[in-house]
Amino acid sequence: MTTAPERTEPTPLAPGAPKSGTTFLGLPTAPRGVGHLRGDRSFPDAARGALRDGQLRANLGHATSTIRAKRAAVVGEVPDWEQLRQAGKALKTATMARLDEHLVELERQVTARGGTVHWARDANEANAIVTRLVQATGTDEVVKVKSMATQEIGLNEALEDAGITAHETDLAELIVQLGDDAPSHILVPAIHKNRAEIREIFLRTMPQFQGPDADRDLPAEPRRLAMAARTHLRERFLRARVAISGANFAIAETGTLAVVESEGNGRMCLTLPQTLITVMGIEKLLPTWQDLEVFLQLLPRSSTGERMNPYTSMWTGVTPGDGPQEFHLVLLDNGRTAVLADEVGREALHCIRCSACLNVCPVYERTGGHSYGSVYPGPIGAVLSPQLTGVEDNASLPYASSLCGACYDACPVAIDIPSILVHLRGEHVEAQERTTPEAVAFKALSKAMSSPRLWHLAQRAAGLSRFLARGKPTMPSMLPPPVSGWTRSRDLPTPPRETFTQAWAREHGAQS
Amino acid sequence: MRVALFATCLVDTVAPQVAMATARLLERLGHEVVVPAGQACCGQMHVNTGYRREAVPIVANHVRAFAGAEAIVSPSGSCVASIHHQQAMVLRRAGEEELAAEAEALAGRTYELSQFLVDVLGVTDVGAYYPHRVTYHPTCHSLRLLRVGDRPLQLLRAVRGLTLVELPAAEQCCGFGGTFSVKNADTSTAMLTDKMANVLSTHAEVCTAGDASCLMHIGGGLSRLRSGTRTVHLAEILASTEDAVSPHQTTQPAIPAGTAEVSA
Amino acid sequence: MTSAREEVLGRIRTALGENRPEVRVPRDYRTADDRPAEQLLDVLLDRLEDYKASVLRCGPDQVGATVAAALDTGLGAGWDPGAVVVAPGVPAGWRPDGASEDDGRPAVELAAFAATLTGIAVAIAETGTLVLDGGPLSGRRAISLLPDCLVCVVEAGQVVGGVPEALHRLDPNAPLTMVSGPSATSDIELQRVEGVHGPRTLVVVLVA
Repeated sequence: MTTAPERTEPTPLAPGAPKSGTTFLGLPTAPRGVGHLRGDRSFPDAARGALRDGQLRANLGHATSTIRAKRAAVVGEVPDWEQLRQAGKALKTATMARLDEHLVELERQVTARGGTVHWARDANEANAIVTRLVQATGTDEVVKVKSMATQEIGLNEALEDAGITAHETDLAELIVQLGDDAPSHILVPAIHKNRAEIREIFLRTMPQFQGPDADRDLPAEPRRLAMAARTHLRERFLRARVAISGANFAIAETGTLAVVESEGNGRMCLTLPQTLITVMGIEKLLPTWQDLEVFLQLLPRSSTGERMNPYTSMWTGVTPGDGPQEFHLVLLDNGRTAVLADEVGREALHCIRCSACLNVCPVYERTGGHSYGSVYPGPIGAVLSPQLTGVEDNASLPYASSLCGACYDACPVAIDIPSILVHLRGEHVEAQERTTPEAVAFKALSKAMSSPRLWHLAQRAAGLSRFLARGKPTMPSMLPPPVSGWTRSRDLPTPPRETFTQAWAREHGAQS
Repeated sequence: MRVALFATCLVDTVAPQVAMATARLLERLGHEVVVPAGQACCGQMHVNTGYRREAVPIVANHVRAFAGAEAIVSPSGSCVASIHHQQAMVLRRAGEEELAAEAEALAGRTYELSQFLVDVLGVTDVGAYYPHRVTYHPTCHSLRLLRVGDRPLQLLRAVRGLTLVELPAAEQCCGFGGTFSVKNADTSTAMLTDKMANVLSTHAEVCTAGDASCLMHIGGGLSRLRSGTRTVHLAEILASTEDAVSPHQTTQPAIPAGTAEVSA
Repeated sequence: MTSAREEVLGRIRTALGENRPEVRVPRDYRTADDRPAEQLLDVLLDRLEDYKASVLRCGPDQVGATVAAALDTGLGAGWDPGAVVVAPGVPAGWRPDGASEDDGRPAVELAAFAATLTGIAVAIAETGTLVLDGGPLSGRRAISLLPDCLVCVVEAGQVVGGVPEALHRLDPNAPLTMVSGPSATSDIELQRVEGVHGPRTLVVVLVA
């Protein structure tokens, strides 16, 4: 189709319907040029390369099928799973409805218990706050607990610019950092690497394996690789003066923060250094201590497929004689309030970062996380990233789903991801200022499908295309776009001479 | 019962034999079938591609076309799911409150074929005969939006002569996804390839499902591979009888010659 | 210029607008477990072992001997009592002769010990979880972290069925650590293997 771009009059919006665009109600989205929320290619382009990578496909297929089975087993043994899920959903909805009040209460409680609370409008401000806090301690290295928020804002790069080295301590983050790679999964950022590839990275980069006398005996066994990471990080933990973490939950009523982990690297960071800096998105809040009873059941079973993860640390401000004596909490917006302004899309803020939706997603399983271009991949990333950045900065992501619905079923807080995807597609389409060929086609089709007379004409026209098939049961495979998208891999049946409704009318006469 | 048949735009235009089979089946079970002439599309493709404003008049046409129908049956899980989950929402968003209420009422009377047979009519043995080796793909919207569960399997198990073989990883999406199949053609093809591998591993002659759209996708892939395994809609299998299955198994059951044959 | 705090709070108010939904939270999930205590102990034991902790059961008068046996399990026979650090509130009868009590030395120096002996605050049967609360019996967080072998004594009265009952018993202001098995990771091919940074051996002495 070759249609000159033209402006069209949009259908008037209903009163109260949010305007499309990158900033709802004028609320700013996450700034460009900092952090990792935007890819440099569209999803279909990035996916095309990933789909050809047989090793990647094998690694992802193996890992996701392993975790799917584990999750199904431990969820299956909880008789009140659906009740917990609905409680989790309601708790998050309630939290968002009073988010300002809960944040103020959290600040009050943390401050009362000896912590300091900082507010960051966006990634740049959060990075500046953390950098300043680290510099104030006089150290030039920090240890980090895996945290999506700090990945999102590009904190490691900001620290590096200030001459501060950040050591990732989560095994998967370490693999990514040592391999000079990018995370591809929320829970297991190195899911795209298999044991042999990890072994190669360790042997190549870890100081313990360098030099003429080094013992380079490292079998590609998960246990031995984990041991190598233990050796690599042990000394760093013991000498660290500053740690940076994220938070899985913060309790407004008590000022308590919680980090859920497996390896003990989190405990090392949260316990040994003198100073702890926690960067947390403003949506991670829960109103009361009791609310944790729901989420500490939902999260581990949904994420690692365990009844409970090996370690959960909870702390409130500063405890004299136990753990860091200086505690800073950085509360991060970075587009979250823009998400909150969208009555449909705000449900994405309920996410507890378990990754269950990634692990069940047939698209993620085949394309991997890098195709999404954001630190938040998979189904939740496809609804979260475009909202944090403004949908036009991640316009291909809402379409990166077949809307199969497996993510919604797996989500422990019942986020209706398919509906949000569809909603964001609408936001994207309505944000277009110029008419695309696709829009022309859909508008024309809309006209036809709204009027039986036009529809029958359109059907007849479609039927005429059967002449292209020249008597064969399928259409030619060389057809122009967008049909070529179909015919490259699938035959297209030749349309029949008569539609069903025509045949029926011929047999029965017109019916109403 | 007087049943209004919603063929769906796709079936009506490119797979008329599916709607015809649905009608023949319902008539064989003793019901009167009407086909409202004003019907076109449920609006799903527009909504799911982002054209929700443009979907409004399509949905309005659908509501008009089926106004007053006692029960509406459609051989498509995803279109029925759209009628249940999207139509009223799209209308409300456009400020069409009254029409939205009508759409909701209509949705309450709209059934996917297997649900209508098992839940409303209370039959699982529809008297069909289909002497083939068949595997069943539960399409995503039937499975997760409509929760049809094992109703299609109950119906298939009661078909005389039919050998039902279990499809490995049955609940995995086939990769169709409407315009996803074109916008993300590579990923869609990767998903299709795995689905086809599973279908072929069953050595079934026929892969069936409750959605003509997914079947067009799976069938298009199987045909491209010249696999010899074909896709047949659940309605066509259930409409088949001893009299109407042709010896060369081209599955044109219970449909008068000429209506469903492909000819140029 | 408005502060970031005022601006973020202002954005939230703008985003939420005037009509904030009133949400009722359904709490019809299980908050109590009426299984008999003996059965809960069996569940706890099963779950601990499933996550690769070793469990030794004993009567209230055999704790000292069983702790010694637990250290045999974790360290091998012939271990040095001086290499065992004990939380300050651990009863004398549980302690091996010659063990060191945590004297509040810099936390990193605790890495020199081979094993740690603590009590716990609460145990959760259904998830195989021990909760340490930083009190005298549990000790500060670093002692249950740095030595490679952790021995925890669990008393029957500390065992509850599920997570809700456990949280109800705990003080949110305390530094809490929930421990479920030895340290582990699923980061390589999502396959769980035990033993990373935290104690690689967890031995539980179940007193009942």
